[in-house]
Amino acid sequence: MSLLEIKNATLKFGGVTAVDNLSFSVEEGEVYAIVGPNGAGKSTVFNLISRFYDPFAGSIHFDGHDLLKSPPERVADFGIARTFQNIELFDNASVLQNLLVGRHRHRQTNMLQEMLFTPKARREEIAHREAVEEVIDFLDLQPYRNKLIAGLPYGVRKVVELARALASGPKMLLLDEPASGLSVEETQDLRWWIDDIRKQMGITVLMVEHDMGLVSGVCDRVLALADGAKLAEGTPAEVQSNPAVIEAYLGVGAA
Amino acid sequence: MRIHFKTSYNDDIRLFEDRFTALKYAALLAFAIALPFLLGDFYLGEATNVLIWAIAGLGLMLLTGQTGQVSLGHAAFLALGAYSNLILLDKGVPFIISFPLAGIITGVVGTIIAIPALRLHGIYLAIATMTISILADDIIVLTEPWTGGVVGMFPPTIDIFGFEIERWSQPDRFYYLVLITTVICTLFYRNLLRAPLGRAFAAVRDSEVSAAAMGVHISRTKMTAFGISCAITGLAGALMGYFSGMVNNETFTVVISIQLLMMIVIGGLGTIHGAFFGAFVVAFLPQGLSIAKDWFGSSSVAIPGLETGVFGMILILFILFEPGGIYGRWVKTRIWLELFPFARKDMFKRQKSYLKTERLR
Repeated sequence: MSLLEIKNATLKFGGVTAVDNLSFSVEEGEVYAIVGPNGAGKSTVFNLISRFYDPFAGSIHFDGHDLLKSPPERVADFGIARTFQNIELFDNASVLQNLLVGRHRHRQTNMLQEMLFTPKARREEIAHREAVEEVIDFLDLQPYRNKLIAGLPYGVRKVVELARALASGPKMLLLDEPASGLSVEETQDLRWWIDDIRKQMGITVLMVEHDMGLVSGVCDRVLALADGAKLAEGTPAEVQSNPAVIEAYLGVGAA
Repeated sequence: MRIHFKTSYNDDIRLFEDRFTALKYAALLAFAIALPFLLGDFYLGEATNVLIWAIAGLGLMLLTGQTGQVSLGHAAFLALGAYSNLILLDKGVPFIISFPLAGIITGVVGTIIAIPALRLHGIYLAIATMTISILADDIIVLTEPWTGGVVGMFPPTIDIFGFEIERWSQPDRFYYLVLITTVICTLFYRNLLRAPLGRAFAAVRDSEVSAAAMGVHISRTKMTAFGISCAITGLAGALMGYFSGMVNNETFTVVISIQLLMMIVIGGLGTIHGAFFGAFVVAFLPQGLSIAKDWFGSSSVAIPGLETGVFGMILILFILFEPGGIYGRWVKTRIWLELFPFARKDMFKRQKSYLKTERLR
């Protein structure tokens, strides 16, 4: 069975069909990209998986769980972590604190233990810190550990958001336009990181991305969306040469 | 400037950054303990007042400063704390149980009230909670058999296993009771901040969407914040009842709520220090004004609204010139001194944040 399976998902906002009878599945250990022009419904698919929106119809299964039966905060417990297109970090906290929030789903202590800061709370806290430090090492965030998010440049924030998602120790990572606004070098770094995330950590990656260089570099399979419906699915090369995809991006007769 | 060389993760978890900081706070505590020997009864009473306000401030700070939920209903929770303590005492429960129980009762009621309020944000939440403050007045009058209505209730002498604390004749004992409560509340607050729950509070404040995506249960976290906040406020209310010597329906008005909120803004939102700095301003402003009036030789003339006016002006000045409050200013001054003469003018300027788009609410 696939790790993530979306079947016939449909979502409408008023008269607009944002996602139209969409089905696809992501296998364990692969890097899967969703591409498409602006407004194609890529981020909406992510928000469906995160359970921020309820689909009108269809089903979403992850790792044997029916996601539609769980509230948004349970999604993280199943092992899905995500980043946001427009960076949603906790601005008034340090990088370290942001990453530690990523560990929230592993919280073992209750309110009382934390108020009294029992030895167990301290042990847990150190365990969380160790897990976070591994991510900091992996993404080279050492210089920013104690900096406030509010003062960080855009590129670093993007990496911090990726780090926060990784800190939760997910099975699957949803990256919403990880390369948008990044320089060529930063995009190159990101490419190696995504490769390592898959190969070293064994995390499945589902991403929305416009940068076709990055997509064809790291992805196994690509899904092209237009107006909420599936246009094509296959290897990056197949999708890029698909006439329907070229038409959606460039219009008829351009090819 | 001191440099910390950290060698273990414990260094970041400790209550105090280093030995020097720990010594500083130990000295402060020693000073607080020695205070009854240094001050006369009047000023000791004022110090007690500051600490009680600080506890109430800590309560609201946890909710507003830490979790980002504005509440103008906290006067009602002060009242609830005061009355539940007094009613329990009336029923023969000893103080050592009734006092913490008053906090717990207020916390539970706060959590329940939070449930309908959870869906509201910002100004709407402020207005919804304000109604609680306004309703409290009527409820106290209506439940006259328990609360004594407009006549009010008179706190009896505190008795802890035969150790008596009479607020008027033994202000030093009452001061120590308040001090112990303050220290415990501060410690709990500080502990929460370095634990997952405190970070969840901050996460809910800064971005609910990503907090939810990280597995933070938004409504449960907000309810917990309401609960803890109200429990602390309830304790402060119980102490306030003793301090004022009498409580009735007019002791805890909506004005107290507003004052409490202004207090934490002036002190510095989101910081423990802020609650204490703000408490100083609130508690000493009336005295400071009357002393100032003596100076100008117009002591016999009462000027209505002077206190509120001055308080409002201070608040406006802070919002305009120092949104970080007194604590924010203090941090800047300290860093300026530490770096002297290398501090630069725009060190604390932050770049404007990027666009917050497509919020899900």
